[in-house]
Amino acid sequence: MARAVASRRSFLGHSYNLVGVVASLVILAWTLVAIFAPYIIPHPIGDIVDDDYFGPMRQGLWLGSDYLGRDMLSRVLMGARYTVGISLAAVSIACFSGVVLGMLAAVTGGWFDTCLSRFLDAMNSIPSKLFGLVVVAAVGSSIPVLILTLAVIYIPGAYRFARALAVNINTMDFMTVARVRGESTAYLIGSEILPNIIRPVLADFGLRFVFIVLLLSGLSFLGLGLQPPLADWGALVRENIGGLPFAAPAVVVPSLAIASLTISVNLLIDNLPQKIRDRDA
Amino acid sequence: MKSGVLNLVVKRLGIAVVTLLIVLFAVFFATSMLPGDTASILLGQAATPEAVAGLREAMHLNDPAILRFLRWLFGLLHGDLGTSYANDMPVAALIGGRLVNTMKLAGVTTLISVPLALTLGICAAMLRGSLYDRAVTVLSIGVISVPEFMVATLAVLLFAVYLKWLPALSSVNEAHSLTDLVRIYAMPVITLTFVISAQMIRMTRAAVIETLSTPYVEMALLKGASRSRMVLRHALPNALGPIVNAVALSLSYLVGGVIIVETIFNYPGIAKLMVDAVATRDLPLIQSCAMIFCLGYLLLITAADIVAIMSNPRLR
Repeated sequence: MARAVASRRSFLGHSYNLVGVVASLVILAWTLVAIFAPYIIPHPIGDIVDDDYFGPMRQGLWLGSDYLGRDMLSRVLMGARYTVGISLAAVSIACFSGVVLGMLAAVTGGWFDTCLSRFLDAMNSIPSKLFGLVVVAAVGSSIPVLILTLAVIYIPGAYRFARALAVNINTMDFMTVARVRGESTAYLIGSEILPNIIRPVLADFGLRFVFIVLLLSGLSFLGLGLQPPLADWGALVRENIGGLPFAAPAVVVPSLAIASLTISVNLLIDNLPQKIRDRDA
Repeated sequence: MKSGVLNLVVKRLGIAVVTLLIVLFAVFFATSMLPGDTASILLGQAATPEAVAGLREAMHLNDPAILRFLRWLFGLLHGDLGTSYANDMPVAALIGGRLVNTMKLAGVTTLISVPLALTLGICAAMLRGSLYDRAVTVLSIGVISVPEFMVATLAVLLFAVYLKWLPALSSVNEAHSLTDLVRIYAMPVITLTFVISAQMIRMTRAAVIETLSTPYVEMALLKGASRSRMVLRHALPNALGPIVNAVALSLSYLVGGVIIVETIFNYPGIAKLMVDAVATRDLPLIQSCAMIFCLGYLLLITAADIVAIMSNPRLR
């Protein structure tokens, strides 16, 4: 939609448009914030710096103060670490396992494929928020548990996507040739299939990252994600929800931070050059 | 040919039943694989080892997990959902009224969002590329990309804080008149409608656009049929299957939506009950709530698949 108005530019052989460039800049900015947060926050996140709670935006406290009078800007910057870091770790595990299993199932076929597909489809029939709630109830919500839970929830989706792509590649002549040559399964999936499906898989990686950010924020918002004193963006909204009647920046800003990240990733994927985005590979 | 469809539908239903069993199994194990021992949690820290052993025996906690699973399943078939740990009431009694509340919320949302989303989605497909289409597309991408609680907080900010039309919290028990009822349901329903409609609009638009690119629609165009006739007479009847499929799939997002919406608006439904049960680690209650949610979700996605099978003209 925005493609018509955006100017095109060429970079590394692909043409990118304005929306895509802006979206990637936002993502880059949040990544840098996540890495360097401890060095750029104006106040320590635990310090009470305002006499008033839910203070407005003003000089020195650029995003106002939270329900205890702590600096909101520092807390949002630090929150980026948890939201981006946990989601990135989870999506990496989910996509790596899902894609490897998916390619393996496509190449192997037979019982392995049938059983795995059936089982993962059943896993997919559990609503994601519900899955998160049950696991958190069972094993608590430390950071490693959260990462693993989020990863497990999104493995079936990544598997299904990669398997569908790999099955198409598997019927190609060069696969038959490679089999006749007597190549190992590891070679088949690593050197023959993966290079042919890597681009749509990367686009899928981005989409899944958005799902995970949303789910993590949702869990934290319910009080079942990251536990205090740690706070990701969802937890920041939760702890400041009391400021809603005063329209305090403390409750609006973390929501906007989540939205800026997720919308940017979605827009970036939408505006990728057709060659990369094309799902039929 | 008819039997082909029947076969596929029966097969799909069979898969749904197997899936349900696997899901029940997963829910049961996730909740019973707690690191802590249920009996000692129940009795507190001051309990003697003998008391804990006695309770374990009484609750059949020493039996193998598979036996406990079968016993739980057997109880389910008889309508026995077990007893809540937290307040010693039968789970069925706790769930009953709450389930009705949630169904009401979901029902009202469905009644509003389905016609709304279908109209917006079909119009967007008809006017593809227009300013209206772009606005609808951008708005629905925006709503899909943000968490449900953000839609809810924005709705509260707009309607309760700035416009002061509606109260921020709902309490179903205090409804005395129709206006009360509207005021109570308005906020949760508005939020859910936004979340569900965004999905539905996108899928409907995609389904209609796909049908519009088929040769027979092109034929209608060449024949000189008007744009609205082309869409309503030629494309829409063929897009009906995919659209119903999209509606069922979008409604399955209600399951995730109500969990957030009931919590934020303090709505006394089954999702709120479950979130509270997770906080108090009330296992039988969590198991039953999770089962109800999975059942609803499974019904909707199975319905979507069956509609897709039935509406495929190549199988009829």
